[in-house]
Amino acid sequence: MIEIRFHGRGGQGSVTAAEILAKAAFKDGKSVQAFPFFGVERRGAPVMAFTRIDDEPIKMRYQVYNPDYVLVLDEGLLNVVDVFSGIKDNTEVIINTKTFEGSGDHEVHKIDATGIALDMLGRNIVNTIILGYFAKKTGVVSIDSLLEVIKETFPGKIGELNAEATKKAYDMG
Amino acid sequence: MVKEVMTSNKAVAEAVRLAKPQVIPVYPITPQTTISEYLAQYVADEKIDAKYVKVESEHSAISAAVGASGAGVRVFTATSSQGLMLMHEILYAAAGMRTPFVLADANRAISAPLNIWNDQQDSIAQKDAGWLQIYVEDAQEALDTTLMAYKVSENPDILLPSMVCLDGFILTHTVEPVEIPDQESVDAFLPPYVPEHAYLDPKDPMSIGNFADPEYYMEARHDMDVAMNNALDVIQKTCDEFAEIFGRQYGLVEGYKTEDAEIIYVAMGSLCSSIRVIVDELRAKGEKVGLLKIRSYRPFPVDAINEVVKNCSKLAVVDKNFAIGMGGALFGDMKLKIDKEIYGFITGLGGRDITPEALNEIYEITKNGPENDVTWIGLKEE
Repeated sequence: MIEIRFHGRGGQGSVTAAEILAKAAFKDGKSVQAFPFFGVERRGAPVMAFTRIDDEPIKMRYQVYNPDYVLVLDEGLLNVVDVFSGIKDNTEVIINTKTFEGSGDHEVHKIDATGIALDMLGRNIVNTIILGYFAKKTGVVSIDSLLEVIKETFPGKIGELNAEATKKAYDMG
Repeated sequence: MVKEVMTSNKAVAEAVRLAKPQVIPVYPITPQTTISEYLAQYVADEKIDAKYVKVESEHSAISAAVGASGAGVRVFTATSSQGLMLMHEILYAAAGMRTPFVLADANRAISAPLNIWNDQQDSIAQKDAGWLQIYVEDAQEALDTTLMAYKVSENPDILLPSMVCLDGFILTHTVEPVEIPDQESVDAFLPPYVPEHAYLDPKDPMSIGNFADPEYYMEARHDMDVAMNNALDVIQKTCDEFAEIFGRQYGLVEGYKTEDAEIIYVAMGSLCSSIRVIVDELRAKGEKVGLLKIRSYRPFPVDAINEVVKNCSKLAVVDKNFAIGMGGALFGDMKLKIDKEIYGFITGLGGRDITPEALNEIYEITKNGPENDVTWIGLKEE
């Protein structure tokens, strides 16, 4: 059982990222489950979303407390919420940042997803891009399935651009 | 047949598309809203050939549903929480007028305090309205149960409406793999609705839901009790027929590792999945424990329950609702109808997460002998 927690802000696509990851892992032949932190969502407010991936059918319905991976879409959240909450010694944390200097005792992976997004998409939407980096760093999901689901989720030009940006982040991983 | 990753709300909408209702009066409310959105989209895209009735309240939605069903067509509506409360008056009328339509309820807490999260108080508050109530565990079961509900409700021996109860957020907003049956198979399982009882026919006019004086009222209500009892058999047969076509077997209840269990959890809805995990973990430690999942809460399947619990010594009934001063509704019904040592646990109200620790605590308390017959689990101490 692999549990992934996403941190973002309302409107940044954290919930969509969790669902895209689930759908891609499902294409890889895995059992999946994805859900938002249940609540009232507002644009700009801190939000969380979760994905579970396993070889066996997933039964548990309680929340994710000790994630194996944490993906932070917005480094501004680091001053607002404890993105390291409940992490284990071997939990891998990926942060979208240009400036973050580490968290003291827990090593983090850093990717400037915002830079890629502004460069390739023309706007700061990083939810698919950080998944590309995640796919390469962890091997939890195949890049082929990921790109397929991104194109299905965003039909047309936007999907193509997102897939290219995601591939670029994958190659940087 | 295709398998896709989707929420239970979408799974319900897919079932409705496949069931081909002709009228869909619905009013949005969290966490049901996406059901009404998907259906509006399907009607606009001509994937469903139905009249989508936009109404100004849930009271109007259910009233339009009764009217349309009384006109003799297949009808679907959906709601949640305060919306179901507003429907209360007409829920009784729908059952009393024997209009066999289907309502999906996204289970959510009741005000006050205002709360949009999951428990099952809303549908439990309507348990005596004369509706069949089926509680589903996952998105696949939400889809399958919505299809089966039409077949059961429309059976001439039943003619009572069905409520498909799915846990708000925990199911309605969680995506997981769901197998979508093909239209041909669904058409074979669920042919078009042909009303045989009360419906609008200008050539043979009749009046339904009319004035019934003391000479007639009791018989009309008694007929509903007979129909509800008939539903026990019809639900099981419908589940068996569904299994033959679609390969997924459901029943009135399900026993999980109950054959040699000394203690059995009893629960409804998505909570059953988490309990399965805990049962497996406790079994690995040598504990003789199982789960009784109640799918059909109305009708209440006494014989099927007795068959599952016959060998156990204690039952731990977990309710996500409560009647003040009385414990949970399922606990009360079990105490009334089942002759076993039964303890009640109230937890998960208003979206309080039901953790593995909470479920283990319920087991430990039951095993050691509770001080009270009803125990609240997960309360903050202060």
